[in-house]
Amino acid sequence: MNTKIRRLKKKNFSNTFIIIIAVLLNLLVSLLMGYWSYSWLPIQASEAAHYVDNLFAFETTIGTFIFLGCTGTMAWILVFNRAPKYDESNGEPLEGNLKLEIIWTIVPLILVLAISIYSTGVNNKLENLGSKIKYDFGSEVPFVEEKKVFDYGPIDVISRQWNWEFVYPNGIHSSELHLPVNKRSNFRLITEDVIHSFYVPAFRLKQDIIPGSVITYSLTPTKEGVYRLRDAMFSGAYFSQNQTNVIVESEDIFLQWINETVKKEPQNGLNPAGRLYDKRLRNGNRGWATVKPAPDPKVNEVGFEERPHDS
Amino acid sequence: MTIVNYDPRLVKTKNPYPKGPNDWKRFFSFNTDAKVIGIQYIVTALFFLLIGGLLGMLIRGELITPPSDLFDPTVYNGLYTMHGTIMLFLFLFPILSGLTNLLVPPMIGAPDMAFPKLNALAFWLVPVFSIILLLSFFVPGGPASSGWWSYPPISIQNPLGKIINGEMLWIIAISLSGISSIIGAVNFVTTIIRMRAPGMGFFKMPIFIWTVLAAQLLQLLGLPALTGGAIMLFFDLTFGTSFFRVEGGGDPVLFQHFFWFYSHPAVYVMVLPVFGIFSELFPVYSRKPLFGYKFVAIASFGITILSLVVWVHHMFYTGTPMWMRNLFMFTTMLIAVPTGVKVFAWIATLWGGNIRLSTPMLFCLGGLFNFIFGGITGVMLATVPVDIHVGNTYFVVAHFHYIIFNTIAFGIFAAIYHWFPKFTGKMFYEGLGKIHFTLTFIGATLNWLPLHWAGLLGMPRRVASYDPEFAIWNVLASIGAFILGVASIPFILNMVSSWVRGKSAPPNPWKAIGLEWLLPSPPPHENFEEDIPTVLNEPYCYGLDKPFVEDEKFYVEKSLKKH
Ligand code: HEM
Ligand SMILES: [Cu+2]
Repeated sequence: MNTKIRRLKKKNFSNTFIIIIAVLLNLLVSLLMGYWSYSWLPIQASEAAHYVDNLFAFETTIGTFIFLGCTGTMAWILVFNRAPKYDESNGEPLEGNLKLEIIWTIVPLILVLAISIYSTGVNNKLENLGSKIKYDFGSEVPFVEEKKVFDYGPIDVISRQWNWEFVYPNGIHSSELHLPVNKRSNFRLITEDVIHSFYVPAFRLKQDIIPGSVITYSLTPTKEGVYRLRDAMFSGAYFSQNQTNVIVESEDIFLQWINETVKKEPQNGLNPAGRLYDKRLRNGNRGWATVKPAPDPKVNEVGFEERPHDS
Repeated sequence: MTIVNYDPRLVKTKNPYPKGPNDWKRFFSFNTDAKVIGIQYIVTALFFLLIGGLLGMLIRGELITPPSDLFDPTVYNGLYTMHGTIMLFLFLFPILSGLTNLLVPPMIGAPDMAFPKLNALAFWLVPVFSIILLLSFFVPGGPASSGWWSYPPISIQNPLGKIINGEMLWIIAISLSGISSIIGAVNFVTTIIRMRAPGMGFFKMPIFIWTVLAAQLLQLLGLPALTGGAIMLFFDLTFGTSFFRVEGGGDPVLFQHFFWFYSHPAVYVMVLPVFGIFSELFPVYSRKPLFGYKFVAIASFGITILSLVVWVHHMFYTGTPMWMRNLFMFTTMLIAVPTGVKVFAWIATLWGGNIRLSTPMLFCLGGLFNFIFGGITGVMLATVPVDIHVGNTYFVVAHFHYIIFNTIAFGIFAAIYHWFPKFTGKMFYEGLGKIHFTLTFIGATLNWLPLHWAGLLGMPRRVASYDPEFAIWNVLASIGAFILGVASIPFILNMVSSWVRGKSAPPNPWKAIGLEWLLPSPPPHENFEEDIPTVLNEPYCYGLDKPFVEDEKFYVEKSLKKH
């Protein structure tokens, strides 16, 4: 009798010990994962990026902890609670435990509340994705005043099936987007046909562009380099070609670019979809339905497609 | 009026076709027996799983290299649109209807569904709309190619200008699918509410029945929005109206609200029955009562209600005002609470059990493992700033495949194996089942785990070509997809050969507790026929001294005699 109790106590003690070690180990791995998670993301090239990445790392840490906690318990059960062959007896008949059930309702509730509040805070800090403002299709795109002042803009971002065109305040047109580093630039997002999405992974920003609406927002690039702008909203046959580069440069070089480009004669801009479509016509159109790509934009700066990008 | 303690046979319409052929031809006949219809659904759905899977492998074949070199981009868009549509509307929904048809009447002790003719109609709409959908490959211009969500203005562009086009056939097929689902939902809800065995109050129903009820109520609440949206889309496409057409003053974003008002809940229509399957199987294969039965049951309804108010999380970057983004982020996060309750309850059910790793259990454990992962990425997507970065990238594709295939399809396989002996009267081959599980788990993990990183790095979804920096993740994913293709071979082999020449199955091969296990294998035409057992307790009372039904011995003996 006495020895049995002693054995039970000993077992309980070693169980607690194992649990503590497991939790600590889990915590360590989760923190490491949170730390590693930064490396899964592209270069941070805008003011928004580090807020988003911190939130993501925070979620990765919590997520890893929960995932390993649950699956670790499952693994433990699979190792130690397997029925021997031909054993069809029952396990411990535990039907429930009200205290436990209330705890595991409240803990996740608090956790998701915490994540929501944190993330609302980040949302308010980003403060740069706009609401859409409807206007009559075909009429002049209205100018929408932004509450927070910006250093440069508004730059019109015009998306089409399937090319991008950028119009600067001084009237130059470009196939590539040039931005000054560490300056807050403002955009008006406009589409001429279907929904597109302005997505620069290095900036951590994505904004759909809605036909019949204008959306304005601002962002501050923080790192010089070449970044990829991708259309993130499926926009038809040559959707995957709808990419161009964003070039972030020092203010001096940027201004120099503006002043030089203004002198360039307009010529045909980047239009990879148009080229593919011509090829398709040459090879014999098999009749799969597609919209004819928009004609080449007339731009002062053609840019070049093969420019290597940093992210 | 009392709902319990009455004779379910009184509610049922008389079976108008009692004397159908009694061999395999029965399954190709117009039959109103829920068990036949169930198997018809399942076989049809598995056929489309193969077609959808083939399309999936073609997509992954294109994506194994960065440039778009296998298909013309328009063809590629048609392929993935049809892949998504077939997997959802011709595989997942029908196979779940099939399982529900098979399981609901025997599990609640009813002889059949409440409206057997409607039930048959709901099924026969499936071949009708699947033919319409597949015919679209042959109309000028090819099949619909604007994605399974068919957002305007893309979906109403109609570049060839023909009245009959792939998109139009797509809308018709989806609307018919909606009608079929509504008919089914009315039938399931009525059957569950009105035809339970004597003594089976709500808190004595198996969890699977709870989840089916919750899921089918969602169908009834959500589908009208999708059908309305589809009809408006049809008018815009075919008659040039301007609900969503900007030139006439419409707003394309309106469609997204209609679409997601249904299509978000739709994911729960699919996953809830799988939660039910987990709740049925974990107790059997760990020989323990389901932990927190009432909490698990109520959590199903918590999920139903919450899932109706989260749809805007698919629209965080469409120009939605900030206050709305914050609000819908919050409601979305709340879904994690009832879902978490279920996960913890399952793990607690396993804890200290006597675990048997048979094929159905392996699929359940694999499914739960993947679900925890997919749920966590779901919470990440629910936070607006993260979603703004990874939304519409491969991260989302990875998230929902973790749920839709790695959880839901795993649960479906578990259910097929678990109830196979009951409805075919044959045992399946355990060894082939384990090979199927192993290949499926490896293939599925290799297919979708790497895509999380492609998405985090910024690879948009639905592209036919991509920048070389994403190549490594896509090569891995493509290999995974081909392994998944191979995994279907042992599965088909197992199902066909065990049905044809497997060992015959006893009435209760897993020693499970539940009304269906008190029936002979396969169950007779009207399940319990004259003697319907009176239910005393909820199932899952393994190891407890609680009798499940009155006179259990009598039913056990009866099931053996028939056998
Ligand atoms: C439980 C079963 C679940 C299923 C079946 C499921 C399914 C899906 C599907 C199919 C999509 C992609 C839709 C599309 O764009 O084509 C999706 C996206 C999403 N899911 Fe889940 N999901 C589940 C759980 C969750 C959970 C628990 C959460 C959050 C707590 C969540 C949050 C999201 C969000 C926010 C998106 C939108 C991502 C975007 O498009 O940017 N999901 N889910
Ligand atoms: Cu959703």
